[in-house]
Amino acid sequence: MKVVGLTGNDAVAEAMRQINPDVCAAYPITPQTELMEKFAQFVSDGLVKTELVLAESEHSAMSACIGASAAGARVMTATSANGLALMWEMLYIAASLRCPIVMGVVNRALSGPINIHCDHSDSMGARDAGWIHLFSENSQEAYDNTLQAVRIAEHHDVFTPVMVTLDGFIISHTLERVEILEDEPAKKFVGEFVPRYALLDTKNPVTMGPLDFHDFYFEHKRGQIEGLEKSRAVVRDIGKEYEKLSGRHFDYFELYRMEDAEIAVVALGSAVGTARGVVDELRDKGKRVGLIKFRVFRPFPRKEIAQALKNLKALAVMDRSNSFGAYGGPVFAEIRSACYGTGLDFPIVNYIYGLGGRDTTFEEITRLYSEMEHVVSTGKRPDEIRFLNVRE
Amino acid sequence: MASLKELASREDLLSGGHRACAGCAMTSIVRQVLLIAGKNVVVSCATGCLEVTTTIFPYSAWRVPFIHSAFENSAATISGVETAYRSLKKQGKIKEDTKFIGFGGDGGTYDIGLQALSGAFERGHKMLYVCYDNEAYMNTGNQRSSATPFAADTTTCPVGCVIKGKPQFHKDLAAIITAHNIPYVAQACGSFWKDLTSKVEKALSADGPSFINVLSPCVLGWKYPTDETIEIGKLAVDTCFWPLYEVVEGNYRLTYIPSQKKPLGDWTKRQGRFRHLHEPGGEELLAKAQREVDRKWEHLLAISEKPAKPGKQLKETPQ
Repeated sequence: MKVVGLTGNDAVAEAMRQINPDVCAAYPITPQTELMEKFAQFVSDGLVKTELVLAESEHSAMSACIGASAAGARVMTATSANGLALMWEMLYIAASLRCPIVMGVVNRALSGPINIHCDHSDSMGARDAGWIHLFSENSQEAYDNTLQAVRIAEHHDVFTPVMVTLDGFIISHTLERVEILEDEPAKKFVGEFVPRYALLDTKNPVTMGPLDFHDFYFEHKRGQIEGLEKSRAVVRDIGKEYEKLSGRHFDYFELYRMEDAEIAVVALGSAVGTARGVVDELRDKGKRVGLIKFRVFRPFPRKEIAQALKNLKALAVMDRSNSFGAYGGPVFAEIRSACYGTGLDFPIVNYIYGLGGRDTTFEEITRLYSEMEHVVSTGKRPDEIRFLNVRE
Repeated sequence: MASLKELASREDLLSGGHRACAGCAMTSIVRQVLLIAGKNVVVSCATGCLEVTTTIFPYSAWRVPFIHSAFENSAATISGVETAYRSLKKQGKIKEDTKFIGFGGDGGTYDIGLQALSGAFERGHKMLYVCYDNEAYMNTGNQRSSATPFAADTTTCPVGCVIKGKPQFHKDLAAIITAHNIPYVAQACGSFWKDLTSKVEKALSADGPSFINVLSPCVLGWKYPTDETIEIGKLAVDTCFWPLYEVVEGNYRLTYIPSQKKPLGDWTKRQGRFRHLHEPGGEELLAKAQREVDRKWEHLLAISEKPAKPGKQLKETPQ
């Protein structure tokens, strides 16, 4: 184990170096750029065996990733925002072709207006594409998630691509203390890719990506759903295996000081780090507050989250993206849906925050908790959709 | 170069039973390509007639590894396969000598697929791209593409009272690809099997990207009887509308000159999509089309090495 200073982008690049994929096809986009630049230096220095394809667009990058993965190679890539949007149709195809591609998504706001800063609209916009989504709180987790993602994706019960997210600029460009594994144990943990079918096996030719009519498409999609269902257990198993190496615990989400909490906040990504501090300060004041940090957003852990919320009096769900025209942001909608029918009936309030990189401070999150306190004390049903720190 | 008899004795790597139209040139072209390529090949294909007629789940006509991912990215997809091959071969995990061929129609190549093709060629992947050019989006019912010839009737640019079919000349894709400075570029036609197969052989032995644009007459879109495909292809070549040539390391070689250059009208009068050229009022359009054919042909004659005799195919340059 080594302790190093790494930005989020460095951390993913470092994990990629240790994973040493056969192929990487990528296209630059802020704030992912430095991730690929770091990795490209590893390639130029001969530190990895990876063949790096500098594609002419993200759509071609993901297409080349799919070709390479289907060929039988271990494949990784990374992108952000409109790059992810440009490869949107290929995300669905990668998932339906069961290509175990691992992609770092450095979360950045989708245009328009054009904005290069952090929010979750990019990966949330792709939540229906059939990929597994792992959210990283900080550089450490970006590193840990990337290593685990390869094992999750390539598991023979799963064969589903995985995106590992990290907040653009806030995490991707911030230097943090990171514990990394030595190369040998990392390599051993990741192991070798064993594809089920490979185009390069010319002795056993296969046809991939056929045309389905109405008589088969539905069954093929149903099969994909099974892959995601099976990944629930696999995510936990891989987490346990990785815990033995790293000493860090991984699950669908983390419960922070939730044991006797009456009020909690759900958050994803870097805001979790800020919220932890707020919880500690409020706890020092005797408030019974807690935090739920979401790591696995797809597949959504509906049973487990409903279980975790059981004893609350109020919940604030922070969404760093919005689903226009829907009732609240994606995380809010799914948590409410998970609670339905379980008997839980406390106020759940959605805070849309941080869009386009709007800074979300300690004070604002503190105010969020006190608003929840007010909700509990008045017993009134509040406006369920709120916007944090926007000029109205 | 194998004889016709020898080629015909090889195993067909595209099986029968696919759903292509009676008289379709495309599948004949693919079979010719695969007879040269052999089994150690991986093929990608854009969405289009070829993909849709040959891979209706649970059936496939492909006896070689095949991948279709989307419409505009056959070149990008196969470039990924080729990269995986290089990576795994470098690691000693693969020993075979495998070829990589991307197929696409004119829609998936000239238009929506041009970026991916250009990118893959710029990167220098060792792959052959074969465009089967049926001069419109035929799979979806004959919508115009940038490969559609001047004045052709298509469903999105039909012959009407005011507009008489496509106003633009077709894009010169071979010239665009030649500008990428890849080792081998060619124009071919399925009706000339010897020319096409020898071009495939050359392309596959190139040390870098290669490209062949193959004219693929379409019974339903061009509107002619199903048994005339080979002849329609020959007429396109003999009228010099579709010259057969290759560009080898930047040097132009016309691989065939017709013994008698036929007027364009001999080709257009056989097809329903050009019917209006042969009706009163169509003379101007036909004349304009003829002038453009002649201009391009004269230019090609001026810059190309030529066969010794018209009607004969160009002798191979001794290696």
